[in-house]
Amino acid sequence: MSAPQPNSFRTGPDERGHFGIYGGRFVAETLMPLILELEKAYAQAKADPKYQQEMDGHLANYVGRPSPLYFAERLTEHLRKTASGLSAGGAKIYFKREELNHTGAHKVNNVLGQIMLALRMGKKRIIAETGAGMHGVATATLCAKFGLPCIVYMGAVDVERQKPNVLRMRMLGAEVRAVESGSKTLKDAMNEALRDWVSNVADTFYCIGTVAGPHPYPAMVRDFQSIIGHETREQMQAAEGRLPDSLIACIGGGSNAMGLFHPFLDDRAIEIYGVEAAGHGLKSGKHAASIAGGKAGVLHGNRTYLLMDDDGQIEEAHSISAGLDYPGIGPEHAWLHDMGRVQFLSATDDEAVAAFQLCSKLEGIIPALEPAHALARVLDLAPSKPKDHLMVLNMSGRGDKDLDSVAAFLESKKR
Amino acid sequence: MSTRIDRRFAALKQEGRAALVTFTMAGDPDADTSLAIAKALPKAGADVIELGMPFTDPMADGPAIQAAGLRALKAGARTSKTLALVREFRKSDDATPIVLMGYYNPIYIYGVDKFLIDAKAAGVDGLIVVDLPPEEDEELCLPALKAGLNFIRLATPTTDDKRLPAVLSNTSGFVYYVSIAGVTGSAAPDAGKVAAAVARIKRHTKLPVAVGFGVKSAEQARAIAACADAVVVGSALVDALCKSLDNSGKAGLGTVKAVTDLVAELAQGVRAARRVAAT
Ligand SMILES: Cc1ncc(COP(=O)(O)O)c(C=O)c1O
Repeated sequence: MSAPQPNSFRTGPDERGHFGIYGGRFVAETLMPLILELEKAYAQAKADPKYQQEMDGHLANYVGRPSPLYFAERLTEHLRKTASGLSAGGAKIYFKREELNHTGAHKVNNVLGQIMLALRMGKKRIIAETGAGMHGVATATLCAKFGLPCIVYMGAVDVERQKPNVLRMRMLGAEVRAVESGSKTLKDAMNEALRDWVSNVADTFYCIGTVAGPHPYPAMVRDFQSIIGHETREQMQAAEGRLPDSLIACIGGGSNAMGLFHPFLDDRAIEIYGVEAAGHGLKSGKHAASIAGGKAGVLHGNRTYLLMDDDGQIEEAHSISAGLDYPGIGPEHAWLHDMGRVQFLSATDDEAVAAFQLCSKLEGIIPALEPAHALARVLDLAPSKPKDHLMVLNMSGRGDKDLDSVAAFLESKKR
Repeated sequence: MSTRIDRRFAALKQEGRAALVTFTMAGDPDADTSLAIAKALPKAGADVIELGMPFTDPMADGPAIQAAGLRALKAGARTSKTLALVREFRKSDDATPIVLMGYYNPIYIYGVDKFLIDAKAAGVDGLIVVDLPPEEDEELCLPALKAGLNFIRLATPTTDDKRLPAVLSNTSGFVYYVSIAGVTGSAAPDAGKVAAAVARIKRHTKLPVAVGFGVKSAEQARAIAACADAVVVGSALVDALCKSLDNSGKAGLGTVKAVTDLVAELAQGVRAARRVAAT
């Protein structure tokens, strides 16, 4: 954690897609020309005011942005009561309400940007990978809106545990392909999407759902998601007349977290926390915490922290949350961890489900299991802070999709 | 510096025929059987041996080679054992070139410098690492060349004339032309298109050009051998091996022979090609 500090944390990646030693372009030659083409097209789109204007219009009228910054008053009060020992304690907790976006999660911010780019590039066919199904639903939704065929790869295990989202994708006209290879979860869905892309290079656009993959994806997805942090800055200024003191978000690949964090990275007084999924516990070996339990390696086009054995074979991740069940993390997070700018914590299945229930009952908001992991850490961080501490949790998605999983989990605990 | 690969291609040029390059997965279905197969390959007609290094997440491979890698891993395969296999092979064969083919992560975790030293010492001649394009040459390609190993690059239908020089710049041994944009084991390539692509690559390099992905039969091997310096066959061999396994996925009595029989057929196809071309 004593790495020399850069002048800014917001200038990466370099032109080869590196954040420190992380990132890069580790892909098969077949894909390399496509990735270079994408990089060029994205740079052009970014510089075109018309692209941004059109996106702003859809963000306002289709997605429903800006999403509110909501003061979670009863949760705040609840935690102040339990912080009895620390008499003056208990941070003021805000939720950034990404779960209110059309399709129910932050994923749509990124998908809109990518689908508009695919249209600019003249691509005729969209593919995506999905874990919890929220990215798949967002992709299917925008493909319906823009009249593009959509194929979503989803691990067979996830097809089973996120059924409502499978039905949604099919209703929206997408083809959901259940992936039976490997561990049948998100990493295998990504392998299969890459195989599809290699086989359909002429007309296909690969819409990646998080800040991972080969350059330029991590930077591009971050840019699309950064609207979360930009809005939060303005909304907190309006609500409290100043910036927040801490930010917290769950980490699958890290896109909702990076979207919230990035605009604040150079405000160095602000504490930033990423929360990984600890599954059955970090010591159990059954978790999805690649920072806490992994090391640097190369998978899916980038170098980053990965869960693997001592031969470099990728290990299966474990989490009750399909959206966090991935053995890696975006390369920019890996770098921010090494730099000590973001602190990475974790929450177990048990803790996430408890937070899921508490939030539902106290705030009338059923969170997705993914942000419930971040919420679990809010439950012990907030009481340790003074009352004037402003804490923002990214409520990255809503929990309708998880009701079956949570009910089954609670049932299994009774036995 | 001439390597076994350079010498083998020079000799075959003298003979006036293309090489047969066989791909099998190291450790599939188990270490002993996989060694027995490797040892039997040259006699069956393989001119260059490609050994797959098993990896859990082979993004550029189709179902046959994915399954082969998982079988090997289940039987305890790991990078150090792949190198041990090569060492054993070299005790009785110092001429047949061996190329390791795989993905970067297991090499990165083994340690690049240590891997190159150990691979060279074991008798490995070249490396094909699918997820290391020229943009990442500093990772392994340049150190490998320095260590005296050939670094063989894939050129694909998406590698246009503008990009070819970059792909060829640090390549040595031979160039591997992936005949279709797809994963291993996909549909067979069109021989006419392959001939044009090989001619295009040859305008940029003097290196031998091998063609692979999708070649399954002696007839296809013959067609490709008529226009390329080498034919690579992988999924078909791995499939033949798979079919010979017993119900529990263990090697059967006929496993080695299932592979070498197909290699012998393919070798005949390759050898027939130049006869056709010569008459
Ligand atoms: C609601 C929600 N939050 C978070 C995630 C995790 O992804 P990321 O870390 O990229 O935000 C997912 C992924 O499916 C999700 O659905």
